[in-house]
Amino acid sequence: MEKRVVFRSAWLPYALVAPQIAITLVFFFWPAAQALWYSFQLQDAFGLKTQFVGLQNFVTLFKDENYLASFRVTAVFSVLVAVIGLAAALVLALMADRVVRGAMGYKTLLIWPYAVAPAVAGVLYAFLFAPSIGIVTYALRRWFGIEWNWLLDGEQAMLLVVMAAVWNHVSYNFVFFLAGLQAIPRSLIEAAAIDGAGPARRFWTVVFPLLSPTTFFLLVINVVYAFFGTFGLIDATTQGGPGQDTQILVYKVYHDGVKAADLGGSSAQSVILMLIVIALTVAQFRFIERRVQY
Amino acid sequence: MVEKRPLLTALSHAVLILGVLVIAFPVYVTFVASTHSLERILEVPMPLLPGDQLIENYRQAVSAGSTKGSQAPVGTMLVNSTVMALGIALGKIAISIISAFAIVYFRFPLRMAFFWMIFITLMLPVEVRIIPTFKVAADLGILNTYLGLTLPLIASATATFLFRQFFLTVPDELAEAARIDGAGPMRFFWDVVLPLSKTSIAALFVIQFIYGWNQYLWPLLVTTDESMYTTVIGIKRMIVGSDATNEWNLIMATAILAMLPPALVVLVMQRWFVKGLVETEK
Repeated sequence: MEKRVVFRSAWLPYALVAPQIAITLVFFFWPAAQALWYSFQLQDAFGLKTQFVGLQNFVTLFKDENYLASFRVTAVFSVLVAVIGLAAALVLALMADRVVRGAMGYKTLLIWPYAVAPAVAGVLYAFLFAPSIGIVTYALRRWFGIEWNWLLDGEQAMLLVVMAAVWNHVSYNFVFFLAGLQAIPRSLIEAAAIDGAGPARRFWTVVFPLLSPTTFFLLVINVVYAFFGTFGLIDATTQGGPGQDTQILVYKVYHDGVKAADLGGSSAQSVILMLIVIALTVAQFRFIERRVQY
Repeated sequence: MVEKRPLLTALSHAVLILGVLVIAFPVYVTFVASTHSLERILEVPMPLLPGDQLIENYRQAVSAGSTKGSQAPVGTMLVNSTVMALGIALGKIAISIISAFAIVYFRFPLRMAFFWMIFITLMLPVEVRIIPTFKVAADLGILNTYLGLTLPLIASATATFLFRQFFLTVPDELAEAARIDGAGPMRFFWDVVLPLSKTSIAALFVIQFIYGWNQYLWPLLVTTDESMYTTVIGIKRMIVGSDATNEWNLIMATAILAMLPPALVVLVMQRWFVKGLVETEK
């Protein structure tokens, strides 16, 4: 879609896009190009000499058991965050869409965790589940006989970060599901009801299929969140531990690049992450095309 | 609702109330912990009703900070966070609205190239270019400055798209009328486009304020000086050792302070928040 009426000026449009383009070049394109360049370089231990090594950093990376483990951790983490977060949000949105009384109040009370920083969400959960003083840890021990220590137990650590991430992101999913539900024409649901379909049947045959574009979109957004948005959450709680049981890819890039100062390896990881973001963005835009058609 | 099913309605309310409680519980415990002395919190189990140390804890956090780990007063951090969040939100809106205006209302060479350049930034989050971006900031000498906290984050593909979409829906007749009346492009921008964009600006402001306030990785890299910490970074820096060695009463008071401003923005501007969320992702 283009404008019919336009203004004419030889310099004004350039001046108007200049600030945005300058920042894009200096802080996005130049660093990204450098990351790409470093990923083909090997630096000696003192950082004095660099040598072009082609794809060697990538080969090393994919032979590295730690890196592959980090891939698996990220996969488990993002699947859990997306599936649990979407399911919980969908149930809440369906219920909020049903009730007439208090709908606005419920909505208000359900959307605010979006405002909480992932790092702060992490601190809250770390406190609730603190091995020696946490109130939930206490309840688990007292009532269920479960010893909770995520500092030692990798699976519990994973569970902790998943819970915190779901808590943090459920309101986002909720807002979109509710908007999606409210966009479904009432007449379709009424027609199904007149034909004798009960609430469950109506959900599976009418509502859920119509909601599938929203669900697919949220799936991508949740995976992006789990991959990139949860750095602060991990850093504030497990810091990738115990061992490397919660070390997601983004955390490993930071750890190897900033703490271990392995420039080539970290840059190669950055490049792989870039490819993942590109794939996810393309998936997201394919969704938009499809939504427009239907 | 298409039919009356009292049982299902009751169930809906039950599920929603359960949801609200589960979501509120961590924050409630945080608030309770911020009103007790450290000794009371370290008793297992900690109390579940508010105590009487509220004023003491918040006063100490805001004016003096924790005595362990980071010792910067939270008051300074709150100021830093506010400057950063406002800088990012307003900066993003300002540079995005003018670049969208240029792209929609002008025809000029490289127009689409610029548009795609802005688009591609979506695919380059800070997380994938940590070290080189840090180096650029270091070379420019903007580490530990407000400029360093905000400038690298204010390019915004989503905001530019949102404004572009909106401008495309503005009737052509308005621009025509302005041209006939002899108004130049900037006059048209100030008198017509900007007032029409108010709702979009409000919606974007909510989303971007939260985005800016909650930033973690970038401030972690750029700030080494305690006086430049943002609140979110500050909390993390107060946690130093195992469970019992942290000053949880102060950490929890800081957590409440870190959550309050963005939560207030969401609640007060709820209508624009929902609109902003749904529209920026289109």
